[in-house]
Amino acid sequence: MKQTGDGSREAGAKASKTKAKTSKAKTKTGGAKTKASPAKTAKPKKSNGAGKDAERAVIAATDAILAHYPLEEPSLIMVLQELNDQLNWLPPIALTRVADKLNLPFGKVQGVATFYRAFSLEPKGKKTVKVCTGTACHVRGAGMLVDELKRSLDVEPGHGMSEDGNYSLETVNCVGACAMAPVLMVGENYYANMSPGGIAKMLKKEKPA
Amino acid sequence: MISGNGKPFASPQDLLKRADAIRKVRESIKQEIRVCAGPGCIARGAKDVHKKIRSEIKSRAKELKDVGLKLDATLSEKCTGCHGMCEAGPVVTLEPEGTFYTGVKPKDVKKIIDKTLLNGQIVESLLYRLGHQRGGDKTERYADIPFYRLQVRVALRNVGVVDPTSFDDFLAEGGFSAFAKAITDMTPEAVIDEVEESGLRGRGGAGFSTGRKWRSALRVKKDRVWLICNGDEGDPGAFMDRAIMEGDPYSVLEGMMIGAYALGATDAWIYVRHEYPLAVEHLQMAIDKLHTVGLLGDNILGTGMSLNMRISRGGGAFVCGESSALMRSLEGKVGEPRAKYVRSVEKGLHDEPTVLNNVETYTCVPAIIDKGASWFASMGRDKSKGTKAFSLVGKVKNTGLIEVPMGRTLREIIYDIGGGIIDDRPFKAVQTGGPSGGCLPADKLNLPVDFDSLSQAGAMMGSGGMIVMDDHTCMVDVAKYFIHFLIGESCGKCVPCREGLRQVYDLLNKITLGDGEEGDLDKIEKLCHTMEVASLCALGKSAPYPVTSTIEYFREEYEEHINDKVCRAGVCPSLIMYEINDDCNGCEVCKKHCPTDAITGEKKKLHVIDPDACISCGICMSVCKFDTIDITSGGMIVSRDVVA
Repeated sequence: MKQTGDGSREAGAKASKTKAKTSKAKTKTGGAKTKASPAKTAKPKKSNGAGKDAERAVIAATDAILAHYPLEEPSLIMVLQELNDQLNWLPPIALTRVADKLNLPFGKVQGVATFYRAFSLEPKGKKTVKVCTGTACHVRGAGMLVDELKRSLDVEPGHGMSEDGNYSLETVNCVGACAMAPVLMVGENYYANMSPGGIAKMLKKEKPA
Repeated sequence: MISGNGKPFASPQDLLKRADAIRKVRESIKQEIRVCAGPGCIARGAKDVHKKIRSEIKSRAKELKDVGLKLDATLSEKCTGCHGMCEAGPVVTLEPEGTFYTGVKPKDVKKIIDKTLLNGQIVESLLYRLGHQRGGDKTERYADIPFYRLQVRVALRNVGVVDPTSFDDFLAEGGFSAFAKAITDMTPEAVIDEVEESGLRGRGGAGFSTGRKWRSALRVKKDRVWLICNGDEGDPGAFMDRAIMEGDPYSVLEGMMIGAYALGATDAWIYVRHEYPLAVEHLQMAIDKLHTVGLLGDNILGTGMSLNMRISRGGGAFVCGESSALMRSLEGKVGEPRAKYVRSVEKGLHDEPTVLNNVETYTCVPAIIDKGASWFASMGRDKSKGTKAFSLVGKVKNTGLIEVPMGRTLREIIYDIGGGIIDDRPFKAVQTGGPSGGCLPADKLNLPVDFDSLSQAGAMMGSGGMIVMDDHTCMVDVAKYFIHFLIGESCGKCVPCREGLRQVYDLLNKITLGDGEEGDLDKIEKLCHTMEVASLCALGKSAPYPVTSTIEYFREEYEEHINDKVCRAGVCPSLIMYEINDDCNGCEVCKKHCPTDAITGEKKKLHVIDPDACISCGICMSVCKFDTIDITSGGMIVSRDVVA
């Protein structure tokens, strides 16, 4: 059941060919796509030499994206989307850069970044388990899947990652595969008609190498 | 087979000639294989099936040639949009016979070629069985399956028929003939008249007359009118617009182009939900194509009309499906709605006149121009004309995408088209209209589905999600689910919505935890009333519907939760207990899987669950192969399947 066509970040990942990615983004998008993109890795938020390099890489990536857009407010959301697609989250330093370049108060950029669900303000695990919590999945028991994942990964949906850094958990409103409800996705893999008893097996199968 | 000699079309006649030429070439096609690439089928592996079909046709070209089938001459294969019957995916159809193969796997491709293509026989094992049941009657053609027979497809006319990435395919199906007609034979006024006469009402939920909206925009004299297509389909459990944008992007664009002609708009936006990357891809591909063939950009078809179209990917905020919030989002701002003292046809995007319609609405427009207002108005009933697409999901046998004339009853939709409830369990409720809709009980099954009947019954049409629930669905839990959803999606600008939702949620949560008290329902009802009258936008105003409608129709169930601490559906974790019954053969599987070691018992002997250690995770029930685990509530067995 490996198929393309869903997962919010794939379109953007395809579009970005030559831009820097953080190590997180690199492992998450996985497989062929990672190989295709030159690996300028970066780990923000560190004060040593490597950290500085990483910061520079984030800023370079931000500037590269900003270069495609008119530097005005209406570009904001699209710029943040592309950034989030590439880095897998929005590091504070990138937000500052965007605010400077678009000539917007930082608060406004932060406001937009926190308002929309598509943006993450914290780094993600290597893989993200997306549980569909659309109504069809809910009435077929998606809530039990979320509870079991919260328990076994010890994470909250949308926040943090499992202790080993392998998984983040997200709930999504509807992936359009209601016939397979309850359904969950890891990357591009769909898991149909899932039950709480199948979670452990799924996590084992998906475990990043 | 790209547009003529590669030059842009010089005139509408040029375009129509091209369409005729393509159709003529296609007459020689004797067999067409269509692989459904809707989200449901893709998730089940349709792409692999398609790949296999291509490679198999290539490698067996000689055999196929012997029976007169040559790829791209007399044989064609393509991926199409959603066929609708997601439950049976991956779906492959063979035209012109209309043979319908379901659950096709790559290994079945060989059989299809051996039997059907080479020998004209049917592969029995892939046929659809009525009710998806073993022993159900097999049906060869999709036209004979009740699921399809009872549908009338207008908005979905090309979805599942055309290859969404092929402009020629769209032309061959009569695409752009309506636009050519509008632009050559009709004045903008006449286009608006036609749309108004057809009785087309906004398919996004509110149901405002499309013709009237267009006319009022025309009255506002301004230099620029913005045209927006709302593809921010955020309702959980609804994927009609997605199916259209992914499966028939050209029809959406054609509808918008006709709208732009009628309104004199030169700039258009399509706002697509963040979670739909494939829709963005297909729409962008279509827009680029239209630019190269001279159907978008400056001097369209040599008529002097100009139109620029751009796509914006939403930010993943449900409230941005609300028109004024959507416009703020297009401006790069936080998507907060505004009070509509001034309507957006006067002051919308960038404070300029703006016309916003839903994907399905635009898609209906070319059909109306083509076939006439009276044809469209002949379908439907009273003040709801035409057809409406629904995603029929939940505890129904034929999960999928459907389109029916307005006025069909819920019973016809759920039982005749949907095939009834899974496992033939009793029907409990159907939820329409997304998170702001309502739940209707069994005694409303004969209600005709149209804008006004649904609102009168306390539900709403909404964008067209229809979620079927059986006796294992807890109505308090459903209400809590929607309120929880809306808390996350409320923009937080106005107090009644922001705070009201939280308070209602806390009360509902209290009830599902078994701490409900007398008077809670009154408090909830009061809060709901306040939200209904005092919220700023439709999200807040309609947010209480899932609660008020479930209280109205399922009050008993709320009272049971509050007074008897019973959840009759076996859903609310705090009110239920897992117990192992006497049929347990001591296989120890549940014991091994229990995360809290709450299960004890020796091998081959009856196991027992310690209620104090049990966290009601449901794992034991889902791993037990002998159905020996029961859910009880208030001493009664209320078992439900963990996975339906």
